[in-house]
Formats: sequence, C-alpha cells, structure tokens
Amino acid sequence: MSILDLFGNANKKTSKSDASAHWVKCKSCQSLMYYKEIEKQQFVCPKCGFHMRIGVNDRINILVDKDSFVEFDAGLKPVDPLRFVDKKSYVKRVEEGIAKTGRNSSVVSGECTINGIGTQLVVFDFAFMGGSLGSVEGEKILRAVTRAMEKRQGVIIVSASGGARMQESTFSLMQMSKTSAALARLAEEGLPYISLLTDPTMGGVSASFATLGDIIIVEPGALIGFAGQRVIEQTIGSALPEGFQRAEFLLEKGSIDMVVNRSEMKNTIADLLGIFLDQEPMTATRRREDSDDSDDDHEEEYKQSKILY
Amino acid sequence: MAIYLDFEQKIKQIQEDIISAEVRHDEHAVEILQKDLEKEVTKTYKNLSPFQELQLARHLDRPYALDYINLMMTNKYEIHGDRHFRDDAAILCYLGYIGGERVLVIGEQKGRGTKNKIKRNFGMPHPEGYRKALRAAKMAEKFNLPILMLIDTPGAYPGLGAEERNQSEAIARNLLELSMINTPTVSIVIGEGGSGGALAIGVADKLAMMRYSVFSVISPEGCAAILWNDPKKVEAATKALKVTSSDLKEFDLIDDIIEEPLIGAHRDKEGAANALKEYFLSQVTSLRALSESERMEQRYNRLTSVGAFEEDV
Ligand SMILES: [Zn+2]
Repeated sequence: MSILDLFGNANKKTSKSDASAHWVKCKSCQSLMYYKEIEKQQFVCPKCGFHMRIGVNDRINILVDKDSFVEFDAGLKPVDPLRFVDKKSYVKRVEEGIAKTGRNSSVVSGECTINGIGTQLVVFDFAFMGGSLGSVEGEKILRAVTRAMEKRQGVIIVSASGGARMQESTFSLMQMSKTSAALARLAEEGLPYISLLTDPTMGGVSASFATLGDIIIVEPGALIGFAGQRVIEQTIGSALPEGFQRAEFLLEKGSIDMVVNRSEMKNTIADLLGIFLDQEPMTATRRREDSDDSDDDHEEEYKQSKILY
Repeated sequence: MAIYLDFEQKIKQIQEDIISAEVRHDEHAVEILQKDLEKEVTKTYKNLSPFQELQLARHLDRPYALDYINLMMTNKYEIHGDRHFRDDAAILCYLGYIGGERVLVIGEQKGRGTKNKIKRNFGMPHPEGYRKALRAAKMAEKFNLPILMLIDTPGAYPGLGAEERNQSEAIARNLLELSMINTPTVSIVIGEGGSGGALAIGVADKLAMMRYSVFSVISPEGCAAILWNDPKKVEAATKALKVTSSDLKEFDLIDDIIEEPLIGAHRDKEGAANALKEYFLSQVTSLRALSESERMEQRYNRLTSVGAFEEDV
C-alpha cells in the first residue's frame, strides 16, 4: 500500500511489511506524519487541524467510554431484492464491502456509555459501499431508536454517506421515511437525538435522519449537502463558491448547531445528553468560556452605553 | 397538437383515420376503427418495456397536478407561500372539495409550455416549496381535512439557493412531520416519482401509483451516469432500478395501482381524474373507519416495515 492510498483515510488496515504504510500524508497541508503519531491525535493533523476521514473502530473509540460499546444487530445482512446488475452485480459489491470492512453493512450500531451516560450509538462506515443507506442500515437505525425508547436513552447517529443505495432503488429510498418516522416517535417520547455529521454526508442520508437532530454537530471542513457538487455545477452552469457545502458554510447559513473539533467531541456530546436527560455526565473538563464574552473593549463599551442612556 | 411517442405511431394513425371517418360521417368505419384502436392500444400497452413506461410517465400530454385539481376539485382556492422566503410555484396547495369531501390537495407541478415550465422550475421544488406543503398540511390537520398529495417531479432542485436554504432539512422535516400528521393522508404518484424530492410528499397512510407512473431512488439518467459512467445507458438503468408501478406493487412498496383509461391518462385526462378521485374518496372512507390510534399505528407500521434483508440469529 502506498501513501497515496492513505489520502484522506487514515484508518485503512495496512500491511506491516510495507514500510510506507507507517506514514500518513495530510491531504490539506501535505505534511508527512507517523501513523502511530497521528493516531494519538485522533487523526487530526497537528500542523493544520485537518480532520481526516476515519473508520468505524476509531470513531467508536474516540466517542465512547473504554470497552463500553456492545454491538447489536450485527447479524443483519443485505439481500438483493432487485437482482441489480450494473457494471458489477450488487451481490458482488456487497461481497467486496464485506471483504474490505469485515462487516455486513455500512452501519455499526449498539449501546455504549459516553462519560457514563447510557446511549444508543449508530456509526456509518464510508468504506462499505460509500456508507450508502440500504435496507439493513435503515433497519439498524429503527432498532436503535426503538431500544432507546425502551431504555429511555438518547440516540447518536454519526453519518458518513454518499446517500441512498441505488442498488436497492425504492427500498433504499424508503429507508429515509422509515428512519424519520422512528425519530418522530423518539421526539414524542421527549428523548434526545444528536446527529454528528462527518465528511461526507450527502443525498438521501442528508435529506433524512442526518438533518433531524435536536442538535446537529459537524466536524470541521466536512462536506455536507443534498445534491452533489458536480450535479449542482452542471445544473447552474458555473463553478461553486469556495467553501460551499462545508461545515463552516452550513453554520453561517444556520443549518447546523455547531462545528466541533474531534478532540472535544466526546465531552460535547456527553454534556448535551446530560442537559437533555437531566443526568450528570462524568466529565473531567468543564465547558470553556466563549471568546465573544471577554472582549478587550468591554469596559469602554459600557461607558459608551451609559452616555446613551 | 397531441404528441405521440415512437411506439405509439400505429395508435396515432388509427386515431387520425377515426377523425377523417368522422368528418366523412362514415359511422361504420368509425366503429371498425374504434375496435382496431382498442386492440392496438391493448397490444401496445400490454408489452411496454420499463423504458417505455418511463416515457409515458414523462409524456408531455400527461395530466399534471393542476389538471387533476381542475378536474376533481370544486370551490377551490390556491394558497401560497411558506411564510418565510417565497412562494414556490413547483408545489401547489389547494383547499376545496372533492366529491363533497373537504380536502387539502398538495401537488408537484411540472408546467406545460416553456413559460410555465420555467415558472414551475420543471416541477423541481426548492426548500420553500416543501415548507409550504408542510405548513398547509398542518393547517389541514388542525381543521381535520384529509390530504391528497400528487407526486410528479424529476427530483428536488439541485442549486445554490436550494442548498443554502437547506434542501436536505426541508425534505427530512416533511418525512418526519408527515409521519405524524393526524388526519387521513393519501399520496399518489401521477407521473414521475423522482427520489427524495418525491418522497417529501410521499409519506402517507396510503401510497399509490397511476398505472403509467414511475418511482425510483434516482433518475435513470443519474444512475446511468454514476454506475455505468455512461449517460447513454438510460434504458439499462431504467430496467435495473425497477421503476414501474407493477414492480413496486410486486415488492409491496406501494399499496395500490390506479388503473388508467385504456388509452392512457395522456389521451384521456378526465378518465384518469375520475379513477384517481374514486380511489382517493374510497381510501378516505376506509381510513375514517379506523380509530385515530389505529390509523396512526397502521401508518407507522407501513412506514417502518419497509426493507429487504436477512438476519442470522
Ligand atoms: Zn495538515
């Protein structure tokens, strides 16, 4: 495996015999780093802060309390209702996905604690058919939400997906309404749903559960949108502005609640769950002051306002 | 001027012959030709390929949402706007009556003729269109009006403004809220059911398709471009995506197929509107027979039981 293979995806299993596999190149600033070193940094470039795409195992390790994750519904497997064949058959694509990831679907779901708070966690795996949403993925989300209602817990879905899975056509399309209906019931129960969007989250995933969070958190720089950038460019006949559909753009447009660095993700999610569920998380650090509240000219501003009154 | 597709040329010929026979007042010939027409139409439509059904679903003479609204509704008023940004003409909302029943009709409107197509954005809604639909649906719930939703769109619009105003959220919000709207709801694909943009008004107690309509996760053109890397493979993609009403009924993804007049909705708009109206009214009657909680439970089960998978225990 070459360094090129690691571009933007630091989590690929690498062959130990290949020396180059121990190096990772930052896609953003081109810096070279040891894999072990970047792994300690949660796959965030220490030079420029670029958040690399990571796999399911690393994502779970970053988010949950050590050894607390118990997977559910791993026995769910895709079938091929349409007998779909394009240049390759769907069956073959699934086999390749299983070979690549060791799992049957693009979703891993289960129960865990996050700073001590019991939570249902659903994580998308972009390595399995581009994290696409099919019947198995929809069913896993439904069951996670149902478990949350039974156990009075919150739900976290970490999205990384190209959208609905074309090879299941309308079966996959209707996973959008299936998951959204389940979340409607969760909301009726007064239970929280936090949606964490990671690079990339597009199409049918973006247009269903991913944008329905009570709180929507996005990793820095992540590409999030309904339509793909090429499709939009073709439709409007011109190039897209810099930063279009990126996390910071979404924040500015009011589409999401916050952009959070990976290093603060776990505590942020735990604290929010704690507020919603009225539970005290076991959090080491407390929330820092937001910088806007400590402006230098604070006193001067006060004097000015006194003159006005 | 009626438009005829390649595979409709024989039908066109017979219809022209009928007209000239009528002009000659040759009633005998008209009678024979009518029978020929019936035979020819039956033969042609019995053996349609999925791609031909797609062409019929997109046929320029097919009744659009506004045609159905005009043919079915009485004492109707169009309501406008999402109350936030603007009125999206790609989605229509009408209050009024269908067969004595007070109703709200929501429909995606493609527009006939260049000027109208542009006004309607070719039936591709922006977020404000979906938000208008949801606002209207909540109003219908408040006054206990059943809702009829007419799906006919190539897809939600992929553009700068649409993304800035959060197209994803507008669609997702409808999926969530329409699952909970507490009034009888019926969605019908009348032409093209394109992806999330169609589903955004496709969450209901009952989902049906007109016989020659299509419904899929992506347009066959988009699918061909992505999976075949070749936009010309539209026919293959159409076949693979299983887009026809009979396919979807077989998979149990829709509740019913509404049969069109023998000659197709595009040649008999009134006949199509009557069939749709009859279906809608009968569904409202049977949904009203359920208790509120039965109806809501049935809808939830309908929405959440969709999926094809295996499970190792
Ligand atoms: Zn860097």
